[in-house]
Amino acid sequence: MKPPPFKYLAPDSLEQALELMAQYGEEAKLLAGGQSLIPAMNFRVAQPAVLVDLNRITSLGYIKTNGDGSLAVGAMTRQRELEFDPQVAERVPLLHEAMPHVAHPQIRNRGTLGGSLAHADPAAELPVVAVAASVRIRAESSQGERWIEADQFFHGMFTTALQPGEVLVEVVFPPAEPGTGWSFLEASRRRGDYAMMGVAAGLNLNAEGVCRAARLVYMNAGDGPIEARQAAAGLGGQRPGPEAYEQAAAAAQQEIDPLGNVHASVDYQRHLATVLTRRALAIAAERARGNGSSPMADAT
Amino acid sequence: MDNLQLNLMVNGQPTIRQVEPRLLLSDFLRHELGLTGTHVGCEHGVCGACTVQFDGRPVRSCLMLAVQAEGHAVTTVEALANSQEQLHPLQQAFWEAHGLQCGFCTPGFLMTLVPFLAEHPNPSEREIREAISGNLCRCTGYQNIVAAVRLAAERGSAGS
Repeated sequence: MKPPPFKYLAPDSLEQALELMAQYGEEAKLLAGGQSLIPAMNFRVAQPAVLVDLNRITSLGYIKTNGDGSLAVGAMTRQRELEFDPQVAERVPLLHEAMPHVAHPQIRNRGTLGGSLAHADPAAELPVVAVAASVRIRAESSQGERWIEADQFFHGMFTTALQPGEVLVEVVFPPAEPGTGWSFLEASRRRGDYAMMGVAAGLNLNAEGVCRAARLVYMNAGDGPIEARQAAAGLGGQRPGPEAYEQAAAAAQQEIDPLGNVHASVDYQRHLATVLTRRALAIAAERARGNGSSPMADAT
Repeated sequence: MDNLQLNLMVNGQPTIRQVEPRLLLSDFLRHELGLTGTHVGCEHGVCGACTVQFDGRPVRSCLMLAVQAEGHAVTTVEALANSQEQLHPLQQAFWEAHGLQCGFCTPGFLMTLVPFLAEHPNPSEREIREAISGNLCRCTGYQNIVAAVRLAAERGSAGS
């Protein structure tokens, strides 16, 4: 229950971190908030030879609104900052609503956005929010930078598009389109536990209240954030209502693939997905309706 | 691996030690500094017994390396009471409301709740339960912990 020995390096700048990652390659592991990596090291599931600690790189902690209305978040921004930042509540209501579900207050004081995305736990909230919100992720290495779309980023359980030597440095949430409503719901045994099932739902309605586009992304429903594209496409052109929600929930059953665990059987996870889908779509529709021009009335 | 020099503030005292990078902050506090009020339960961030304040915010000391505290301030349960005779107002409320039985989890609850009460001087029961969601207690069933927090809040000054 103690980590094995490792070489500890704590660079003060991103440039130094990139050099170290280039130097040590696959031997090195990045330490962000440490709320998943340190327990994995305590259990010796993870035994990195070199630990590159990003916590002294203060330039990676920020939340700022870009000129185009998008929200840029530095990778080392603590989850607690996201939870309480007014720009997040205003511009990315889905993220704002999901934050209190991310573990416990003590964990959110240390845990970071970049760390959670790079860890890619299928049962975690932030990867689901990233996919649902269509974020763009900026990665840097000693070779330069590249942008990765959220739907290209997650490659399965605990696996991402990041290459050895690359550091996730920024996440950009695009501006919400007018007429969009979001909802995030999950079911867990106890507050703050990993959820047995969760869903991020988004609906975009036109002036007549007809659905132009929908989004359904599930948590703990497969080997990463699971987007139910067919179910969402089926909502297009429909007027939101109980029947449409029921159809979408049924369609989503074909797309999710929950694995089951000691807390919830596969059947129960599927049942939860149906119930949460109906509820989340109803909430999203209500918010989309009350929300024709402003993307900010969602903040709850 | 080579030891690193660690400079930090612990309970207001400047502290310098040589530590191995793999030493957890919880073990540093207990074994190097003898501050055994910080309890170690699960060592993977579930139980909350090892909660300390890091720059004033509650964190799991078992999920941090001691070397990460370089240049930072750590506060443990030992800093709460003025003296052996005079408990911190929140400790006093736990005592009076029977907010503990075996006491193993208590330091973690206290270190979580002091900053919480500073931010929420008059919390609802729901807010209290949310605040302690990351701390496990196997004795009390939480009822008297919630009662203790309410008692402390009614009396004020428990968040300092």
